[in-house]
Amino acid sequence: MAAILDFVIAFLIVLGGAFALIGSWGLARLPALMSRLHGPTKATTLGVGGCLIASMLYFPSHGMSWSAHELLITLFLFITAPISANMIAKACIHGRHVYGDAVAKYEVPLPRPPHPDAEWATFGSTEAAKPE
Amino acid sequence: MRRLFPHPGLTLLLVVMWMLVLNELSVGGFLLGLFFGTLVPLFTAPFWPERPPVRYGWPLIAYGLLVIGDIIVANFQVARLILFCRNRDLRSCWLSIPLDLQSAEAFTVLAGTISLTPGTVSADISTDGRHLLVHALDTSDPEAEVARIKARYERRLMEIFR
Repeated sequence: MAAILDFVIAFLIVLGGAFALIGSWGLARLPALMSRLHGPTKATTLGVGGCLIASMLYFPSHGMSWSAHELLITLFLFITAPISANMIAKACIHGRHVYGDAVAKYEVPLPRPPHPDAEWATFGSTEAAKPE
Repeated sequence: MRRLFPHPGLTLLLVVMWMLVLNELSVGGFLLGLFFGTLVPLFTAPFWPERPPVRYGWPLIAYGLLVIGDIIVANFQVARLILFCRNRDLRSCWLSIPLDLQSAEAFTVLAGTISLTPGTVSADISTDGRHLLVHALDTSDPEAEVARIKARYERRLMEIFR
């Protein structure tokens, strides 16, 4: 029984580590800023998640007390990861708007909001959207 | 009761999180958690004048399980893209998703879900609050992707936030 549990723990650690590595590799090799964002969002979900589940299994099975902190780490990561990704995406949209498409060689052009009077919220209002 | 606990969900969340931080079940910890769980919603109540009615029930739990399942499946898809797909074969595109949801809280949950499931990152919302800007790493059919997100996540959120 203990051997099976050790196998499961080892598998989860290797899985989590592999996904963290693939996420970082994606951050390094994908072509444009917006597609690079997809790498780190992945590392925080399954990469960290695998390691945390392994930790939750390991400590009780080796005679130490069960800890709930892994659940909290997961919760805080799931709250903060989308917000930081959203901030980076907003900065990317804004940078392209100010400096033109020169900074965004591989980026797909940004679409307009379908409603004619609307603008993306990064630019606030339609009047404020035009750079000098 | 309503005046003492203006936001019962937040009170419950704070108590549970306080107990998890303490990492033990004790009466003292519960009372202190309840103390914070009462005070924090009372002092922050002016920040949310209109609270959307959230239904804490089976749909919410089912939605959480569905999102966790989707995160695991999508992780493998994006891992395959990163490892085996050449950059020029990636079909990245922007999606603008028309929103039927009403409240800001529902938008936040939908945007967070989209960002957490790998392959899509939510970037922005339109000023009229009717469209969500999403970046997809690789899609063969943007229309179908928008329809999938609407059918899979937004329809379920409509049942939770109503």
